[in-house]
Amino acid sequence: MTTLTDPPKESFRLSMLIYDTRYRSTTFQVIALIGFLTLIGWLFNNTAQNLADLGKEPSFRFLGEPAGYDINQRLIDYDSQSPHLRAAFVGLLNTLLVAVLGCITATILGVTIGVLRLSKNWLVAKVMTLYVEIIRNVPVLLWIVLTMAVMIENLPSPKDFRGEDPAATMQVFDSVAVTNRGIYVPEPLFTRGLGDAHLFGNSAMNFNISLDLWLVIAVLIAGFFVSAKIRKRADGIQEATGERPSTWYLRLGVIVVPLIITFVALGFHLGYPELKGFNFQGGTHMRNSLIALWLALSIYTAAFIAEIVRAGILAISHGQTEAAAALGLRPGKIMKLVVLPQALRVIIPPLISQFLNLTKNSSLAIAVGYMDITGTLMGITLNQTGRELETVMLGMLIYLTISLLISLVMNWYNERVKLVER
Amino acid sequence: MSDVSFVRTEMQPEKTPPASTVGIIGWAHHRLFSSYLNSAITVIALYLIFMLLKGLIPWIFSPTWSAASLGECREMIAAAGHEEGACWGVIRDRWIQIIFGFYPVEYYWRPIVTFLLLFVALAPVLFSEYTPPKLIWFTGIFPFLMPWLLWGGSIWTPLMIMAGFAICYFAFKAIDAAAGTIPALIGSVLALIVWWLFLASPVASAINNIIPIELGGVESRNFGGLMLSLTIGVVAIAISLPLGIVLALGRQSHLPIVRMMCVGFIEFIRGVPLITLLFVASTLLNIFLPPGTNFDIILRVIIMATLFSAAYMAEVIRGGLAALPKGQYEGADSLGLNYWQSQRLIIMPQALKISIPGIVSSFIGLFKDTTLVSIIGLLDPIGLSNAIRADTAWTGIVWELYGFIALLFWVFCFSMSRYSMYLERKLKTTN
Repeated sequence: MTTLTDPPKESFRLSMLIYDTRYRSTTFQVIALIGFLTLIGWLFNNTAQNLADLGKEPSFRFLGEPAGYDINQRLIDYDSQSPHLRAAFVGLLNTLLVAVLGCITATILGVTIGVLRLSKNWLVAKVMTLYVEIIRNVPVLLWIVLTMAVMIENLPSPKDFRGEDPAATMQVFDSVAVTNRGIYVPEPLFTRGLGDAHLFGNSAMNFNISLDLWLVIAVLIAGFFVSAKIRKRADGIQEATGERPSTWYLRLGVIVVPLIITFVALGFHLGYPELKGFNFQGGTHMRNSLIALWLALSIYTAAFIAEIVRAGILAISHGQTEAAAALGLRPGKIMKLVVLPQALRVIIPPLISQFLNLTKNSSLAIAVGYMDITGTLMGITLNQTGRELETVMLGMLIYLTISLLISLVMNWYNERVKLVER
Repeated sequence: MSDVSFVRTEMQPEKTPPASTVGIIGWAHHRLFSSYLNSAITVIALYLIFMLLKGLIPWIFSPTWSAASLGECREMIAAAGHEEGACWGVIRDRWIQIIFGFYPVEYYWRPIVTFLLLFVALAPVLFSEYTPPKLIWFTGIFPFLMPWLLWGGSIWTPLMIMAGFAICYFAFKAIDAAAGTIPALIGSVLALIVWWLFLASPVASAINNIIPIELGGVESRNFGGLMLSLTIGVVAIAISLPLGIVLALGRQSHLPIVRMMCVGFIEFIRGVPLITLLFVASTLLNIFLPPGTNFDIILRVIIMATLFSAAYMAEVIRGGLAALPKGQYEGADSLGLNYWQSQRLIIMPQALKISIPGIVSSFIGLFKDTTLVSIIGLLDPIGLSNAIRADTAWTGIVWELYGFIALLFWVFCFSMSRYSMYLERKLKTTN
């Protein structure tokens, strides 16, 4: 016969909060939470007190007031009568512009250097190692100010292009002018253009976007889509018959031909920069500050991307390459079908975090006077309105949002390529 | 029947390998000229390197060390018959400023001594097997010695802050014997806080009145140049590692509130650029603190740089923790170790070892990021370079000045990365 006895009921003592492991974690967490809330409350209290002393009510009303300063490099219409909010928006677009440009060139440069560092050619490998070791052990801010200084001091000024025997000439068939005020490149123009679409009505965020651009993008996407279909069909035929039909001209054609037709229909031509008066007119003017920032961020981030690419390729064990060779694949196919798909799994996550770093480093634009979100909202707007708290908080929030969006993309990718194990 | 043997009974003497596969020629054949394409690349690369050196070497060896301005330097180059050349005069003229900023000349020995002592203090940590074990005591003292040497003031202030730890220890011993461990822990921490906040400073000034041992004070705004970068870098590096470990453990913790706070902190810091945090340091920190507080700008920058670096460090160490096989945690549990024991003896030594490359590269990143203080108006080497370029004597100077600053940073960053490789090799236990 068994007897069920209750476990001895200990009465709850206060010391059990600390000595009993069942309660201890809760105790610690409650203490931590109270400490944290106290800290937050203390900071809030101080802030309210300080702001009251300064006579500054926290408010975002200043965003609607006229900014009163000019922004020379901008993607959308803006003048000094536009509100601060619009200045911030111009800044945000500038941040995104330099980030996107930088990511593209840094990736191209970085992948090239990373692959060349693994080259069998000793000289090339050493030169690339030298590049990586020099670039990444020197602060990015120094690269930015150095590039800017070199551009200002060493490039010809527009007046050097003048006269019978000019000291400087335009590059690339007389279409690009490299001057110490920036680089002038030809701009795309459309004689039979579709005009602009006006977005976001009368709000501070309104901007015009060229319908021609949309059309070209749409045609490109459609071309790639059809091209992918053709490849799928070729894959199907290869599966069924073992013969792969030659499709490269078809696949190239469906992308290029519609694009050319679109350009002709829209009356595409280039507007070349011309020297008029003291400066160049026409064309697209990329200012020094943009070029310096873009170049410096690209060469700096490229050094890191090169290391990531190298590590990614080295991470694929040699057995994989040998096994692929044993199957009779040629070196090009081995790279494309065996090494690269596995290496990309290793490369892409740190690559995306380098993109994130580049975006955050673009905030150093303020050192060369490029008006990004740091330069407008957290720079001039802060100085003019004296709203430190609001502007810096808003700026941080914007960067945080960009970072979180990029992290989301990264998580999505990681989830997608995760090895499915047993 | 004749005994004809078709079997060779002795070995033929070895032939020497073909000349094209051994020695320097073999190496060159294999690594530089293995195919037509490879040969072409080698030749092009050699040509480019030759052109670069042809321009660079005469530029570097230009006799302009004595020039006092850019104009004078250009005259000297023209007089020497060259077209182009470096103007090293700017380095001779300003190198002391780039290294010490506006630190008072008569006190230059103090940062130098601090810098040398830094290596003495680091030696037991970095090269433990070559240094006497007693030296670790100096490593413990150095964090108090360094601010005194750099900022000056009474020696009794850092001594009294150090005394706080002794008081903490004795309070712990006394209460532990009387009332048990946990009251002792709380009591000793309280004693420490009370001592530091209310007693240390009057006691220090009282002793100083009796036995004055003082160094001349130096204001923070006189700090500058490489010295400023090193001060911020070293302090932030030293604090961010332990802070990063705590944050990483917090992020892995099974206590949901602690974990949430750590994740929130880490993700927030990693999501914003350092420059925005420096803006907070320079404009907002005074708003967040009680009215009337106004503490040193360098200290504020160090706090922000430390928090920034700690968040990155936490992620690096979390990677190391995640890379440890689960068996290590279970093994520690099965030995009956409690949480802190298993972290200290089993988990952390391995996790830190795995994450050495990441930790060092985030140190390097932090040291490079100290240049950002030039944007909020501190005169680090880059801030000074702007001032020098604005000087009429040196307007227009570019490569010499930035090259010199880049070299300073490069030396430190490159040695750190080499040390991390050495450490990895030293700690490698697998065969």
